[in-house]
Amino acid sequence: MNAMNAMNPMKLALGPLLYYWPRQATLDFYAQVADSPADVVYVGETVCSRRHELRLDDWLEVAAMLRAAGKEVVLSSQSLIESESDLKALRRIVAQADFRVEANDMSAVHLLTGAGRRDWIAGPTLNIFNPHTLALLAESGATRWVAPPEMSGAVLAELLASGAPQIKTEVLAWGRLPLAHSARCFTARHFNLQKDTCEFRCLGMSDGLVLRTREGEPFLTLNGVQTQSARVHNLLADLSSVRRSAQVVRVSPQGEHTIRVLELFRESAVGRLAPQEAFRRSAECMVEAPCNGFWHGRPGVEQYVPS
Amino acid sequence: MVAGLFSPAPAMTSNSRIELVCPAGSLPALKTAVDHGADCVYLGFKDATNARNFTGLNFDANAMREGVRYAHDRRRKVLLALNTYPQAGNWSAWTAAIDRAADLGIDAVILADPGLMAYAQKTHPALRLHLSVQGSATSYEAINFYAERFGIQRAVLPRVLSLPQVEQVIANTAVEIEVFGFGGLCVMVEGRCALSAYATGESPNCNGACSPGKHVRWEQTPSGMETRLNGILIDRFGDGERAGYPTLCKGRFDVGGETYYAIEEPTSLNTLELLPDLARAGIRAIKIEGRQRSPAYVAQVTRVWREALDRVMRDIDGFRVQPAWIAELDKVSEGRSHTLGAYYRPWK
Repeated sequence: MNAMNAMNPMKLALGPLLYYWPRQATLDFYAQVADSPADVVYVGETVCSRRHELRLDDWLEVAAMLRAAGKEVVLSSQSLIESESDLKALRRIVAQADFRVEANDMSAVHLLTGAGRRDWIAGPTLNIFNPHTLALLAESGATRWVAPPEMSGAVLAELLASGAPQIKTEVLAWGRLPLAHSARCFTARHFNLQKDTCEFRCLGMSDGLVLRTREGEPFLTLNGVQTQSARVHNLLADLSSVRRSAQVVRVSPQGEHTIRVLELFRESAVGRLAPQEAFRRSAECMVEAPCNGFWHGRPGVEQYVPS
Repeated sequence: MVAGLFSPAPAMTSNSRIELVCPAGSLPALKTAVDHGADCVYLGFKDATNARNFTGLNFDANAMREGVRYAHDRRRKVLLALNTYPQAGNWSAWTAAIDRAADLGIDAVILADPGLMAYAQKTHPALRLHLSVQGSATSYEAINFYAERFGIQRAVLPRVLSLPQVEQVIANTAVEIEVFGFGGLCVMVEGRCALSAYATGESPNCNGACSPGKHVRWEQTPSGMETRLNGILIDRFGDGERAGYPTLCKGRFDVGGETYYAIEEPTSLNTLELLPDLARAGIRAIKIEGRQRSPAYVAQVTRVWREALDRVMRDIDGFRVQPAWIAELDKVSEGRSHTLGAYYRPWK
């Protein structure tokens, strides 16, 4: 364990906040993050352009505060680009030179390459599934990429073993899985509202809105235009195999206990907690049951325990 | 509006041609589409290289050769969907499919993966490339990236944009734009949906399948007909209700104590009434969904859309949707109903 740590130091990343929290709650959260074990923090709105509790200038202030606290800060861009105003917002993100950018759509890749940026992160929605596509993005200036959450550990290892370029790999290891994006807002739909007049009903749903089957089984989470799993993707027990492929391990923010989750990953990474023990202790940090099926090449909803 | 390599696409004029692109899951469906007026037929191989990888569907090389000959003899085009994402371990199956497409004289390949586009461009420079809807390109900035890098000549837009947003895309790219006109409706951005992977382990992106049949279970229970996907209850139907296929985004679920179609109803996209607006916006092709559907579906839908497209190209201002068209199309629609989807803003 310790030998491996020496060879492959793990950076701990906090992904972008996917939910819409009130302004003060968001600022308070990032004040805590400044003192957390996260090495890398992604900030910015990635889900919905209508969300405005924090605007880009506010996010830049948060970013500066986190950098002053010693964090590597990345500005994340919106996953679904529909309108000219979405593109305007994207151009502003690309135009600032203080922070690296996470490209979550090919429009961002186009703007970043057009601006000659050579330091960006290829986000999890770019559908990078093979070494050829990864090489193209690396040649275009990506210095790190986030594997698609549906990619298994075995497929990822195979990708990296088959002539992958010099680029750092990041894996989502904690949080409700971002499964789909739509033009439609499902939270607004729940309240019989249209997206354009949504009354910002997702504001303050700290972990989204749970969708259950007609048998009462939690299945998905509605988060505005994004659909997530109801279960919490939790790779704490799989951290050793994650670290064989990834240099950066991502935790997705949630309503409560995010800092504790980061601590569990850190303690496990430095060998103070065995993976199984870290996983056991994480039970109190989960809003729903855990799942890790994707990492094991199985339906994502499954909690797979290797025998 | 945007600096770049491209001049805007020419505006629609009365003699601009909009191609009707129809689905074929089999050789009989291909012939039916051609016979009923399709300008292009799109199809896929019998494997995971395309997004309709269903049992009993699609083409082997011989059937494809015959299909290409049938279409070309009648001066129609054949487009090959290779629109899933290959991985390190199966990469060569996709490149072999591109090689075969070039050998067979396919008129264009429909791709989603940038790595494959680079391969096609390098290996078969004369082969025409279309950006698949699975490429999730929803803006002209994304589309122009693929054009600059790989020389794509057409892009199929995901079913997420409103009509003014479609116009905005077309005004800022030289790439031909193809839109979906009719058929099953993906509510999620195509290429960005892992719901099926989450429930079943098989995804549109990697396996070419959504809510695949082998994971489906129909079960009559005391509380009604239940449909399950890999054990997950997607819907339950009362005696008077018509039980639909458990596509997982079109089931009824409970949110906040209320049971309803939380994501989307079982319904089809039908944009017939928008045809003049889409034509004026400058679309170059309109796509009919449904490679998994029967030749009878292909015949019915192709016939109606051929007539509608001919009318709109002949007399755009005088175009009126014929009630008989709608009646014909609703017969073959999922849920026997239709929607304008995201083209109509309030849908969002």
